[in-house]
Amino acid sequence: MQIDITEQMLELIRLTSTNLPPDVEEKILEARERETEGSAAKGAFDTILKNVALSRKQSTPICQDTGTPIFYVYYPEGWSTIKLRAQIRNAMVEATKKNYMRPNAVDAVYDKNSGNNLGGDDFPSIHFEEVEGSTLTIELMLKGGGCENVGAQYSLPDSRLGAGRDLAGVRKVVLDAVQKAQGQGCAPGILGVAIGGDRGTSYAKSKEVLYDKLGTRNADEKLAALEERLTDEANTLGIGPMGFGGKTTVIDTKIVGLHRLPASFYVSVSYMCWAYRRRKLVIDGNSITYS
Amino acid sequence: MKKLTLPISDETIKDLHVGDPVLLSGVMVTGRDAAHKWMIETFIKKTKPASAEDLVAYEDLKKLLNGSVIYHCGPVVSGLETKEYKFVAAGPTTSIREEPYQADVMQHFNIKGVIGKGGMGKKTLEGCQKTPGVYFHAIGGAASFIAQSVTKVLGVYKYDFGVPEALWVIEVKDFPVVVTMDSHGQSQHEVIENNSRKVLDELLAKPF
Ligand code: SF4
Repeated sequence: MQIDITEQMLELIRLTSTNLPPDVEEKILEARERETEGSAAKGAFDTILKNVALSRKQSTPICQDTGTPIFYVYYPEGWSTIKLRAQIRNAMVEATKKNYMRPNAVDAVYDKNSGNNLGGDDFPSIHFEEVEGSTLTIELMLKGGGCENVGAQYSLPDSRLGAGRDLAGVRKVVLDAVQKAQGQGCAPGILGVAIGGDRGTSYAKSKEVLYDKLGTRNADEKLAALEERLTDEANTLGIGPMGFGGKTTVIDTKIVGLHRLPASFYVSVSYMCWAYRRRKLVIDGNSITYS
Repeated sequence: MKKLTLPISDETIKDLHVGDPVLLSGVMVTGRDAAHKWMIETFIKKTKPASAEDLVAYEDLKKLLNGSVIYHCGPVVSGLETKEYKFVAAGPTTSIREEPYQADVMQHFNIKGVIGKGGMGKKTLEGCQKTPGVYFHAIGGAASFIAQSVTKVLGVYKYDFGVPEALWVIEVKDFPVVVTMDSHGQSQHEVIENNSRKVLDELLAKPF
């Protein structure tokens, strides 16, 4: 039976904006250990970790850019998506009032901030997918603007990079994207890579793959190997946290392979900053869990 | 770790070098995209007429910015209804978007430091040499932590730009930054960019 989830949505938004997921924090801790004592890189990680602890304790945003809210709603048969959408949007307004979210929706034509994080039908961004069973699962990601700006889409072949239509070419363009990003996307970053698709699905999937837990590998062996290789090679670039120089530039890489048209070969790279905010709500009968 | 109090003198600026960690205290002003465009168009190039309110803001800002720093930041602010403003989250935003404006704004207002993230380009580096001034890199995303070093919100200009874009006058204590561009023409960003480009070229030349 469908229940009103406005309150749970508000909690999901609060949690996402103010409480960094444990898998991300762990990776940052590991990265900190690798940097030299007294270096700017180590100092950056120290500040990051202090900030993570403080925002969790105070329930204040980890980053002031609370990003584009991207919801994926997996709903059981019979639930009204009209109601779900309205409840998510109401929770967003409330979360903005409570300062869990910064007013972040700006009309691109009239240059006006709506003040409440609602803008047309597409802000926040909500994807619905019906699932079997009785469990409602909602995932939320907050995707910051700084890191979004350094994302990139390549159309292969790319003669400048000598990148052909194969995994060798994919490797080249992804490394190029990381080098171009420098520290601008609040490095160290997490890479979401989609191979194939059209321009739209390719970018969308490169973000969707970022909902996965860190450290898990693609089931396809070739892609799993490329994920690891890209992370390792990106880390030889020496860009480091904030672009200060250092050993960790990329924390992890996630790849998804799609189908493409014979004529096209897109590679999309979504760069996620260290403030990798994504959380999940699961409702099943009376049980409500956040993770 | 150096501790500096705003406003900063030319001698102190010249003493700062790339890589120096610094704790800043004193009064500074936030300003990002809309603010820089507004300052250039209304007061520096004068391509747009200034309203009476603009002129008042201009006189105040001239005093506030003289010898001080501008912070590229779009904060989350509480107390909007009661005007008892408090910074809740206030990390830096990407600075490179202000590259077309920054050097002129620095020189016009005698701004000694720019705080942001990601670094800036050639024009700003030249501006740092001429003014003289430096670029201070704050830790991107460390918003709650930095907000804690904002002890007071003293006022706000151009509130109609929206909360993130308005110019907030704030008092800070021990705001942590690192000098990544100095007044001697050095830029850490240039160095990292060039080195990483060399590594990338080697990686691209490797067989798969
Ligand atoms: S890139 Fe991420 S951490 Fe950096 S300012 Fe944007 S949202 Fe915050």
